[in-house]
Amino acid sequence: MPLLRRSCRDVTALVLRAEDQALPWRERLAVRLHMLACRACPRFAAQVALMRRASARWRAYSENSSD
Amino acid sequence: MSDFAKALETLRPQLLKFARLQLRNPDWAEDAVSDTLLAALEKPQAFAGQSQLKTWLIGILKHKLVDQIRRHQREISATPEDGQDLDEALFLPDGHWREAPQDWGDPEAALRQLEFIKVLEACVEHLPGQQGRLFMMREWLELETEEICKVLAISPTNLWVMLHRARLRLRECLQLNWFAGAAPARS
Repeated sequence: MPLLRRSCRDVTALVLRAEDQALPWRERLAVRLHMLACRACPRFAAQVALMRRASARWRAYSENSSD
Repeated sequence: MSDFAKALETLRPQLLKFARLQLRNPDWAEDAVSDTLLAALEKPQAFAGQSQLKTWLIGILKHKLVDQIRRHQREISATPEDGQDLDEALFLPDGHWREAPQDWGDPEAALRQLEFIKVLEACVEHLPGQQGRLFMMREWLELETEEICKVLAISPTNLWVMLHRARLRLRECLQLNWFAGAAPARS
């Protein structure tokens, strides 16, 4: 399915784009398929997810901490 | 000075820290913090019943920061794009990773630690100015991308390019300063 084939570089950009915008279904599918076949990109996606949670933690900390 | 005014003064440095992180301009940051403290002093009764003074003040500050961004929109939008593209360093010309990303391990192990949150804050501070502003608007002020584009009069594409770069840079910084070392959170 060459239409759905994406490079790691493309997938990385899509993973980051998904932080700010819902991806079109074709791109979502392409990312999903790529992740099944790639060892590196799932790690990148996990790193992005961790950064998202860390930002939320930092935000909460900035609002509530007493120091 | 009243106790209330004293309490406000105590929190001033923290407000200033976040104002600077967001605006990347010491004068605008001072203005935003002064506006915040003034608003708080004018309406101390609005604080009654709130659990934490800091939470309340940060809430006011966030509005004042958006005001400052609106006021200086032209200058901010005209700031040239800063920082080179990390993509070239990360990927081969054929689009494959030069070096696969590291497994960062159990997220909770890192997130539990205040030290990690401080490293994150330092990494945000080290983002180039424009990237830092946009990242803060998105992640700290929690503005929607449409809103950011509207306030700054920039295109969505431009915003995504900058957020993309900011996030790659942040990732690099966390990798170098937390996950690569003998960080206690590493699994």
